[in-house]
Amino acid sequence: MKLGTRRRTLLAAGAAAPFAAASACGNEPGGSNGDGATAWGLTGGSEEAMRSSFEAWNDANPDRQISAEYFANDAYKERIRTAVGSGNAPTLIFNWTGSTLADYVANDYVVDLTDGTRDLIDRVIPSVADAGTIDGRVYAVPNNQSQPIVFYHNLEVLEEAGTAIPETWDDLMNAVDQLQSAGRTPIALAGQSVWPELMWIQYLSDRIGGPEAFNRVLAGEAGAWTHPDMVAACERITELVDAGAFGDAFASVSADAGADQALMYTGEAGMILQGSWIYPDVVSNAPDLVESGGVGYSTFPSIEGGAGELSNIVGNPANFWSVSANDSEEAQQIAQDYLSEMVLNDDHIDSLIEVGTVPPIVDLEDRISQSDMGEYLLFTYEMVRDAGHFQLSWDQALPSGQAQSLLENLSQLFLGEQSAEQFAESMDATL
Amino acid sequence: MAAPALLIFGVFALIPLFGVVALSFVHWDGLGDITWAGFDNWQTALTDPVSRNALWLTVQLTILCVAFQAPVSLLLGVFLAGRQRHRAFLGVLFFLPLLFSSAAVAITFTALLDPNFGAGSALNVALLSQNWLGDPDLALFVVVFVIGWSFIPFHTLLYQAGTRQIPKELYEAARIDGAGPFDQFFRITLPMLKYTIVTSTTLMTVGSLTYFDLIFVLTGGGPGNATRVLPLDMYLTGFRSYDMGRASVLALVLIAVGLAIALGLNRITGTSRMGGRGEGI
Repeated sequence: MKLGTRRRTLLAAGAAAPFAAASACGNEPGGSNGDGATAWGLTGGSEEAMRSSFEAWNDANPDRQISAEYFANDAYKERIRTAVGSGNAPTLIFNWTGSTLADYVANDYVVDLTDGTRDLIDRVIPSVADAGTIDGRVYAVPNNQSQPIVFYHNLEVLEEAGTAIPETWDDLMNAVDQLQSAGRTPIALAGQSVWPELMWIQYLSDRIGGPEAFNRVLAGEAGAWTHPDMVAACERITELVDAGAFGDAFASVSADAGADQALMYTGEAGMILQGSWIYPDVVSNAPDLVESGGVGYSTFPSIEGGAGELSNIVGNPANFWSVSANDSEEAQQIAQDYLSEMVLNDDHIDSLIEVGTVPPIVDLEDRISQSDMGEYLLFTYEMVRDAGHFQLSWDQALPSGQAQSLLENLSQLFLGEQSAEQFAESMDATL
Repeated sequence: MAAPALLIFGVFALIPLFGVVALSFVHWDGLGDITWAGFDNWQTALTDPVSRNALWLTVQLTILCVAFQAPVSLLLGVFLAGRQRHRAFLGVLFFLPLLFSSAAVAITFTALLDPNFGAGSALNVALLSQNWLGDPDLALFVVVFVIGWSFIPFHTLLYQAGTRQIPKELYEAARIDGAGPFDQFFRITLPMLKYTIVTSTTLMTVGSLTYFDLIFVLTGGGPGNATRVLPLDMYLTGFRSYDMGRASVLALVLIAVGLAIALGLNRITGTSRMGGRGEGI
């Protein structure tokens, strides 16, 4: 049974009140005031690049201002859903594409951007542009850097333990043994934050079964999680945990304050699988180690007999802007013009490279290699450019209910509270 | 005279409450259409192993919190009501946690308890470098400890005030009759603190049903589901899984349990018939 819109709005207001009482006071979304456009972005990361992009637009367009507000990640994710659902969204909606964008599109909350952003999309690396495209139409365009997941190594520690950057699964297991004998935690993992554990299952399932392994889950096929490839990926995780690859206290390590990367650059741990965004922090926290060439980076090891290409990567292709369909025509037009003129233009690209990130735009090799962290940035840029498949992080790709169950069950798999089969079966139940 | 209070209560408590009751009978993910669910949400929420576990954890947490906080704050309160040297100074130290916000306390403890970079490794005490928040068997106790650390000062304050209200004549008479400090504590202080104990325990019990911010920041419900108590389960279901229907059911369960406990305690202990405590004077 479907309820009418009026009742929906009333219920929405009722629902928002008890939960979001704290966030309800404070800034009002200025979407429908007919006075320019609004945008909500995220703090940290490439916030500065985004700020200067808006400032440049506002300077050039005094009559067509865009006012932007910035929120912390978790707070934003909760806020934006209530705002979009109740018709109070900002004109420019920051998002991760995936299931949320699909929901927006299915409910007509965002507008089709295909015609207005052709020039921009032509410059975007195709595997990244794909993320914002649904049924051949563009509903979201990238607004910052690509964030692939990279395997980092403390080369000093690896050398001391008599091992090297692992290229295959066997190499990896050997390195784990060697590092353990040398008294180090082989791989740093922020188990308390859980989401870094996703990176492991994402890469493992891709290497073993190729992108199809997860595409079956996305398509909601019955038994997608108990498919042999997926179960095999989970068994590798159990194998790693049992071998002590993550040490015995990984569930106490949180990624929020970067304790996991600190383990790697202080030499407590040999390796870490993390997002490309940690590198600038590593550079500023361990400048000597980086300068002496002590920090290595590589793609995820290959798995013998696996179906996935070595070039396949996982992570966030980028973050994206969508334009709210509930705002005034005028605001929508301002937002669309901003997207086609300012987003990922030369200045924006420069400011992104400057903070040590890679914009998902083609033909940037020269500009990137000339920057301060040129070598590393070129490595991640080529990873993205040459990616056979760029898998969006599963917690974004899946509908939120399934994503939450995934995180809960995955954490239990890593803790050894669930076997690979139990994990697969509980996940099958969510499909 | 009660009109403004009633109005505020109605707007901010009753109307949202009706909203939650309505939501508990629909399917809604915060975005799309709202569809009628009947008793689906009630059935799934009440049979879901995660939510059942959450309810059981909440019971455990409540019992452990009261068992830890009540004796400690009673003893501290009685101690601080006395006339020892440095009492004022110690009092200030004990009350400090009362001034800190839960989120700040949780963040600080996360850093202190970090097995690699926390207090254990800084002071080089191996015993402190445990997998405190990562071991499913330990995490709940750590949570109880941190909650106790932040709330004991408040209850200590109640007991201190309560103890100071006890007439000195009682102690003088007891001393003349030859009662030692133990007898004085168990036969005078404790009985005279009856109503303070009731108040403080009620606050602790009802409070532990709503502990959210501290646990959320400290463990996020983990490791696994080891500290996913009912309020956290409600939040995660509502704002991580975006299953507003089921989250509303959990919210209503929480309200019902909280009300039942508060009313029950009130009835058992007879707070409603509270009279003066000047017995024996």
